[in-house]
Amino acid sequence: MLNIFEVIETNKMIEKENLDVRTITLGISLLDCIDSDLKILNEKIYQKIYNAAKNLVQTGEDISREYGIPIVNKRISVTPIALVGGAACKTPEDFVSIANTLDKVAHEVGVNFIGGYSALVCKGMTKADELLIRSIPQALAQTERVCSSINLGSTKTGINMDAVRLMGDIIKETAEYTKEQDSLGCAKLVVFCNAPDDNPFMAGAFHGVTEADYIINVGVSGPGVVKTALEKVRGENFEVLCETIKKTAFKVTRVGQLVAREASSRLGIPFGIVDLSLAPTPAIGDSVADILCEMGLEYAGAPGTTAALALLNDQVKKGGVMASSYVGGLSGAFIPVSEDQGMINAVTAGALTLEKLEAMTCVCSVGLDMIAIPGDTKATTISGIIADELAIGMINQKTTAVRVIPVIGKGVGETVEFGGLLGYAPIMPVNSFGCDDFVNRGGRIPAPIHSFKN
Amino acid sequence: MKKTIITVVGHDTVGIIAKVCTYLAENNINILDISQTIVQGYFNMMMIVDMNESEHPFVETAEHLDALGKEIGVIIRCQREDIFNSMHRI
Repeated sequence: MLNIFEVIETNKMIEKENLDVRTITLGISLLDCIDSDLKILNEKIYQKIYNAAKNLVQTGEDISREYGIPIVNKRISVTPIALVGGAACKTPEDFVSIANTLDKVAHEVGVNFIGGYSALVCKGMTKADELLIRSIPQALAQTERVCSSINLGSTKTGINMDAVRLMGDIIKETAEYTKEQDSLGCAKLVVFCNAPDDNPFMAGAFHGVTEADYIINVGVSGPGVVKTALEKVRGENFEVLCETIKKTAFKVTRVGQLVAREASSRLGIPFGIVDLSLAPTPAIGDSVADILCEMGLEYAGAPGTTAALALLNDQVKKGGVMASSYVGGLSGAFIPVSEDQGMINAVTAGALTLEKLEAMTCVCSVGLDMIAIPGDTKATTISGIIADELAIGMINQKTTAVRVIPVIGKGVGETVEFGGLLGYAPIMPVNSFGCDDFVNRGGRIPAPIHSFKN
Repeated sequence: MKKTIITVVGHDTVGIIAKVCTYLAENNINILDISQTIVQGYFNMMMIVDMNESEHPFVETAEHLDALGKEIGVIIRCQREDIFNSMHRI
């Protein structure tokens, strides 16, 4: 039988250390909505999402109330829209109409984000892929809750440099279109290498074509829980440190697994995966950077940071894998800058640079995330940053991503405020030396030698 | 049988257990186990209860207990047992 100290421990994690389920994401396949008539397509999309998701938010809230665990976000991911809209959309504006449909249904069912305004172009772009990409600036300016992601490369295919070059322009344009809101549009746009099909986290969630009609994916969180656990082992050796993280990750993930199973049975939708990522929020005590500091670093970004993050990421996975029957998504530690007070402090103190963040992305999930850069950063420079980050993913057979926000009208030293879970960020300097001739070459970077396993 | 965990946290005063138990008895909720301790000066009580015959659905009971807690000046929380079992039992 349970004892009182176990009950107190769990409730302390929830109340004091921000343990929560970060998101229940309902994946919905839209492949059966495909139609050559745009109006019919939009109607089918609306109906399918509405019918599948109308009880999602209420179910999430019921589970939250009964178990006493906050479930912060309820979200939807859909099949990449470039695939769904290809037959009906002849112009970027046609695609924007689908974005508006997604936004409308997201409001209707009460989810705070809907992901999947996406294209998978890691080897080449179809006409539809290109139209969708060119529609992104308008789509993200006109909608509130739609998130967009583009897969630009993979270990199996190499990197589509034409698309990388194009995305440099698109990110700049998206920033321009939303400059009244500190270029907020770019916070809802991410580019990937090796994008997973079952990622529950935004902005990168989409419902891959390998997935079933409907699926429930859950993302757990709890950097605060890990930090508090580590406070008790200050000064101990690495074995003790790693064991502590592993045990904590196990406990956190078990809660995610329970919620995922429960949501799945109540909604009558199969359970997909639990994503083990430690996802920070701007709330005090909900920071991945603070865990690194607790391990013994003065600030995130100090020498030793990459090693600390590597062991954190690895132990989170080791603990989590046993706690859940299916693990997937990105799974590891997220290091978004604007969403993590510890990261913001490190940038402000001058301890953390873009280059160090790039090194850190080699050993954790995702990549350069929620980083505000000067609004006058050239499109080719952004393409160069993307190419670097994707190369790390391609060579190391891992997911990497870039979500940078060139804040129009602002420069280094200024701060940008996105609000809510997206947080705020000091604008970081970018290496200003040119890479135009490199990124303008066109074509693609071939797949690396170790991709030829067969 | 699905069990529920009721926790009570707050400053120790006379009659906390009595009031909570009275509510449970009046609403046909059976107490299976009860334990209490003081952590950092705070009174902590845990009850394992069976709510299958309860007069009200789970969420309403939780709301009633929450209100009762406010009346007494403590925090009363009502959670399904599974969350603790998942976390602490393999």
